[in-house]
Amino acid sequence: MAQKAEILKNLDEKYKYGFITDIKADTVPCGLNEDIIRMISAKKNEPEWLLERRLKAYRHWLTMKEPTWAKLIYDKVDFQALSYYAAPVQKKQPKSLDEVDKNLLETYNKLGIPLKEQEALAGVVAVDAVFDSVSVATTYRAQLAEKGIIFCSISEAIKEHPDLVQKYLGSVVPYTDNFYACLNSAVFTDGSFVYIPKGVKAPIELSTYFRINAKNTGQFERTLIVAEDDSYVSYLEGCTAPQRDENQLHAAIVEIVVMNNAEVKYSTVQNWYPGDKDGKGGVYNFVTKRAACRGVNSKVSWTQVETGSAVTWKYPSCILQGDNSVGEFYSVAVTHHKQQADTGTKMIHIGKNTRSKIISKGISAGFSNQTYRGLVDVGINADNARNYSQCDSLLIGSACGSHTVPYVRNRNKTAVLEHEATTSKISEEQLFYCQQRGLNEEEAVGLIVNGFCKEVMQKLPMEFAIEAAKLINISLEGSVG
Amino acid sequence: MGKPILEIKNLSAKVADKEIIKNLNLTINAGEVHALMGPNGTGKSTLSYILTGKPGYEITDGEILFHGRDLTTLKPEERACAGIFLSMQYPVAIPGVASNNFLKHAVNAKRKYEGKPELDAAEFLKLLRGVAKDLDISAEMLKREINVGFSGGEKKRMEILQMSLLQPKLAILDEADSGLDIDALKIVAEGVNKWHNNDNSLLIITHHQDLLNHIQPDVVHIYADGHIVKSGDKNLAIELEKSGYKAFVDTKE
Repeated sequence: MAQKAEILKNLDEKYKYGFITDIKADTVPCGLNEDIIRMISAKKNEPEWLLERRLKAYRHWLTMKEPTWAKLIYDKVDFQALSYYAAPVQKKQPKSLDEVDKNLLETYNKLGIPLKEQEALAGVVAVDAVFDSVSVATTYRAQLAEKGIIFCSISEAIKEHPDLVQKYLGSVVPYTDNFYACLNSAVFTDGSFVYIPKGVKAPIELSTYFRINAKNTGQFERTLIVAEDDSYVSYLEGCTAPQRDENQLHAAIVEIVVMNNAEVKYSTVQNWYPGDKDGKGGVYNFVTKRAACRGVNSKVSWTQVETGSAVTWKYPSCILQGDNSVGEFYSVAVTHHKQQADTGTKMIHIGKNTRSKIISKGISAGFSNQTYRGLVDVGINADNARNYSQCDSLLIGSACGSHTVPYVRNRNKTAVLEHEATTSKISEEQLFYCQQRGLNEEEAVGLIVNGFCKEVMQKLPMEFAIEAAKLINISLEGSVG
Repeated sequence: MGKPILEIKNLSAKVADKEIIKNLNLTINAGEVHALMGPNGTGKSTLSYILTGKPGYEITDGEILFHGRDLTTLKPEERACAGIFLSMQYPVAIPGVASNNFLKHAVNAKRKYEGKPELDAAEFLKLLRGVAKDLDISAEMLKREINVGFSGGEKKRMEILQMSLLQPKLAILDEADSGLDIDALKIVAEGVNKWHNNDNSLLIITHHQDLLNHIQPDVVHIYADGHIVKSGDKNLAIELEKSGYKAFVDTKE
């Protein structure tokens, strides 16, 4: 009769989005060298300056070593065994969704994001859908263009807005930044570009769905968001990936530039394939995300819900350069089975009166391991800087691990820094209370966990929050029993 | 006399290798109110946990039938959906979960079990408002995180609210009167009386008489040392109030 809140039973549920779309992929041969980079650049008809940047990054990457400081254990990636470019073969650039490959649309339908419906949903969300590496469908662009907002793939932006791209690309995350960022700078294929002109508030939330598909193809997404003075934009990114046995590498860069009085909200639901219950397969997610608050009173908030990937290495950060600028980080990370996540944020206070807030909620189940790793750095000139950090961990079962590593570096006496951390378990009392009211164990865990991360979930746009809550429940299926 | 709802026959049970329930017999028929009275710390709550299937309790002998069906093979949530409700002595807090959201999950879990369509937000709210009003529970309180920072009285009223929403066949009230002032006690009792009819039954676990002044018991049992030592009508509770437990427990031994 004794039913303990123990893990490890009933663990064979399958990754809901594990299917492979049958589309011919236009891939380049496996391996990485200067010729491959030239080939990628040529396939994308890129200008010379970009090829030069790629080559410069590649040559620097050869001198770098993979970081080992994260609390992650995984088989090293064989970079020569990967193919660095895959684009769905299409006759021409589609002008509307009607021209998009039906298989591709079907894939999105399975993911529950029917573009057609979204388009019909009268301007709720604009989608710049990325399938593997190349943008295949862009909606609402005209509506945005009226306001002077540019929302397109980074490839298009390179051709149509080279001055903006040259000015800002790599300005927040230079190619020398870290091993994975450097690799991305050499081989990135596509991503999104957003430009919000001075004084413009984006009338709708901008959204992109990413999906790894072609076999053995690393996804090197590159996103750049620029918000000029007094502008505002909310950007949503969501990911799922089909089931694979091989590890898939994902090394993205997201750069955000925020000028005077501008505000950018960046929300992510990350659901890359986490591997099976034994940790086989699954995506490696080594991401560099960073925002620079360059103006006075500028504001950035990162909100992330991380349920996927076998290995996650991700620290969305804020450089608070402008006086009075504000950085926020709201995170829910869920790990199950043998997933590993080393994630957190960096808040770099440079300007005066800069403020930052970190709310991190980690949920570990199964044999998973999770680390919150954060840095709060206050510079000499950052008078009256303030930080509030709260890191809460929830453990399900007794075989998982949770670690909190909050680095603090303060060089200014007027700074006020607060840190709170808690670790708790779902209690048997809570489970029983829910069960006595008719909920089964899975429903009970879902309810308790969603309550635990409510503070973060509330920061997500409504429709995203509902999707994220479902994902968390799916991710934790079978975590008690 | 109605049909038996609950039949406990020769029940013995232990928790952590300690025998708490010893050869207990109890039958509750439809329409009846039973009071189980006994000193603190003698295992009255244990009985409620065994009936509702809380993990950690082991039945070593005897049987429990609910509507003639063996209860012990059912999971806690199945027992709940089948119609057993326990108003807990110490309802646990679930941070971040709004009370109204929790209640909606509970109501829909039961509807799902019964093969009925789940209520949507609007339908549920309509149902909830009616019941909450009777128990003097405000819309504000329903938005608060369930049992988080609730006073003793608020917790008990929230339990009775759930009972009223879920309409169980057997409700067990474990010290439902503790922490209540006279006004709150009346509200709780009225809520219970409103729910009670000839078709359902009630087991009140308490160590004093207060609640029984407001909810009339048909049968009063005195419980000590793991089983029922004496049963009688409501006068037994009054007698007990005067003489204390000692008289009964000592008599037995």
